[in-house]
Amino acid sequence: MSKDIQIRNGSNLNLEGDADKILVDIPVSKTFALNPDNFFNITPKLIVKEGDSVKKGSPLFFSKQNPRIHFVSPAAGEVTAIVRGAKRKIIQVVITCDGSNEVVSHDISDFESLDADAVKEIILKSGSWPFIKQRPYNIIAQPEDTPKSIFVSTYATSPLDVDYDFLLKNNKDDFQRGIKVLNKLTMGDVNLTVDNSFKGFFETVKEATLIGVSGAHPSGNVGVQIHKIDPINYGDKVWVVNPEDVVNLGILFSKGEFSAQRTLAVVGSSVQKPQYYKATIGASLKPYLETSGIDLKEDVRIINGDVLSGSKTSEDGYVGFYNNLISVIPEGNHYRMFGWLPFVDNHVPSISRTSFSWLLGSKKAKVNTNLNGEERALVVTGEMEKVFPMNIFPMQLIKACLVEDIERMEALGIYEVVPEDFGLVDYASTSKIEAQDIIKKGIELMIKEVG
Amino acid sequence: MSFLRNKIDQIKKPFAKGEKWEKFAPAVNAFDTFLFVPNHTTHKGAHIRDAVDLKRTMVTVIIALLPALIYGIYNTGYQYFIQIGEAFSFIDAFMHGAWKIVPMIIVSYVVGLTIEFIFAVYRGHEVNEGYLVTGLLIPMIMPVDIPLWMVGVSTAFAVLIAKEAFGGTGMNILNPALTARAFAFFAYPTYMSGNKVWVSEASNLDAISGETILGSLAAGNEVTYSMLEMFNGSIPGSIAETSALWVGVGALILIITGVGSWRIIFGGIAGAAIMGFLFNLWGANALMSFSWTNHLMVGGFAFGIVFMATDPVSAAQTNKGKWIYGILVGFFCILIRVFNPAYPEGVMLAILLMNVFAPTIDHYVVEANISKRKKRWAAAQLKTA
Repeated sequence: MSKDIQIRNGSNLNLEGDADKILVDIPVSKTFALNPDNFFNITPKLIVKEGDSVKKGSPLFFSKQNPRIHFVSPAAGEVTAIVRGAKRKIIQVVITCDGSNEVVSHDISDFESLDADAVKEIILKSGSWPFIKQRPYNIIAQPEDTPKSIFVSTYATSPLDVDYDFLLKNNKDDFQRGIKVLNKLTMGDVNLTVDNSFKGFFETVKEATLIGVSGAHPSGNVGVQIHKIDPINYGDKVWVVNPEDVVNLGILFSKGEFSAQRTLAVVGSSVQKPQYYKATIGASLKPYLETSGIDLKEDVRIINGDVLSGSKTSEDGYVGFYNNLISVIPEGNHYRMFGWLPFVDNHVPSISRTSFSWLLGSKKAKVNTNLNGEERALVVTGEMEKVFPMNIFPMQLIKACLVEDIERMEALGIYEVVPEDFGLVDYASTSKIEAQDIIKKGIELMIKEVG
Repeated sequence: MSFLRNKIDQIKKPFAKGEKWEKFAPAVNAFDTFLFVPNHTTHKGAHIRDAVDLKRTMVTVIIALLPALIYGIYNTGYQYFIQIGEAFSFIDAFMHGAWKIVPMIIVSYVVGLTIEFIFAVYRGHEVNEGYLVTGLLIPMIMPVDIPLWMVGVSTAFAVLIAKEAFGGTGMNILNPALTARAFAFFAYPTYMSGNKVWVSEASNLDAISGETILGSLAAGNEVTYSMLEMFNGSIPGSIAETSALWVGVGALILIITGVGSWRIIFGGIAGAAIMGFLFNLWGANALMSFSWTNHLMVGGFAFGIVFMATDPVSAAQTNKGKWIYGILVGFFCILIRVFNPAYPEGVMLAILLMNVFAPTIDHYVVEANISKRKKRWAAAQLKTA
């Protein structure tokens, strides 16, 4: 039975700087860092201190909310810095490699005969548990739960997003093993969503329900797919895993060690050679940026993730825990004379027809970070619905979040959304509403009040 | 350009944060942002943003209004010269109209923007661009000979009571421009209806008089205008409402740019057409048997449904709600016209009435979505139990 889904609302932004399908291997960086902010709603408790030597896979900190969830070092070496911010909040745990390549190994013999609890224990102990996230809220999954289903989305629709078929083509066996591991964790389906027009090697993956998806962004967002395929009801837990993290789980259960593989695509109009790199979670970004030919003297914004919902970093930053994409675009801190007039400055892309940019057709747009206006009261209606393909009223939900009305947020579907689903709402907003930020605060409130 | 930029930055210095005149920054910013799109960059959320902003949206509405306004100015002169029987050229008629109408536009903008600026400074937010449209709409829906001070008072009433009292742009329940007209209509009825107000100078010169088509129908008089005249708008009426043709051009601009809701516009036309058709079948009096196609062209219906009912703040906000709202506006507009000859112009009251009910319509649309979700939850619970 085909359960293929087609998503109508949304918009694909056609931007300059798509990655060429070349996979480059450059020397591994010397420094690594783990940033607790990559993990939504986690309070880290440090296990190591400055000067400690760690192996690859040694725990660095654990979650205060659930001490079973460990966060481990992606490389072997010495903890050289623990960077703290305001109120002594931990910003970064920095590890400098000593070239020893020591690894913490785990006993994984005959995992196919293990039960769910034993599999969970190995994943937890190895530090691979944070690869598994939970909906609602997009937080790290609770090991005590049994999800009603697990989703893996290989259909990437964000601006300049990666091609997972290309990215994982050398890891087909590990991917298959990872899917087997996921099957141990749920009584329901492991749903693998693929691009309906090009399924790639995912078509041959066994023990997963293959679902073809078509449509513009945000149809690749796993939350949108869950909403269409198996919507989350009150009290439901659905787990989601990124495709490359399925591979990382597969490697864990073949080699017996924590795998921090992260294939990166460095993209964006400021990148001269946009291409893929074999990299590692937490690796220093600089070598990849330099190899891609980015002029770091220019005023550019470096983003861990895509341009709609990634997080800002700098040339001294590190590869994030979850993203396969590094986007680099010029900053837009300059004035445009009379740029507010309709049908003026059509090179600035616009979904709205108050610009002729839609007539430029397939021409790839060069974007920058200018806000293109100022924040205003909510006036225009209906524009959010155009880019929000769920059966949820986005503006009403945003307003409920603003007034912190928990009952109404619940009724309007807060359990089914995460901030990234509002990426295009942010983008398209005439009044420059920070929808993702409002939804994030709403979800934080829900976690605090409802749990 | 950079010279101008530097000059502005210099002027703005005392208005910066922590400086002497910080409080008045919104007023200065309002002018600055009309020259330049600011250099603000994204700090949270999406890193890139669409080129559209509220200024662009509002100016698009103004562009859509211009054809109707220009025709309205010409028609003002045309009606005057036709009545006094003088020979005239297009320029003569246009200049006569402009002489009357430009001062009204200036009064409306000066009074309204002054209040907007005061509230922006007082409340410490930027000046919203919504008034650019409201300020142009107000004179466009007034009779040409209304004294300027009445335009000023109506504008002040609308901005203060209909908008700022509710919290400013985006919060108002009633359409501010229509509130201005409603205020004038009930406060100064002799200047807003009858057969001496619709043609320029009619109250001064005995030779001139002109009743709107709906007015003559309500009074039981013969309508002497042809269908073509109703369509292209060479009939007496409020300044810019008469031409279905040029209002239609505006509607096209709004629909193509996506700024005006096509759901409301088409819903309104459908509602009015159906209601007009039903009355045609009944046909008990002249108003009822007035053809439904003519109903769509005369009076303020076309102008109202295209430019007033589509105001996104006071209209229904959900897509389904917009259909219901539009249809009901059309429906009530014809109903009021036919059943209440004291208010031959039904569209103003129909839109204001539906403005009040728009949140109710949305409420039921949203509740339907909520109850669907809750039913799904209940069904899921039954399955697992």
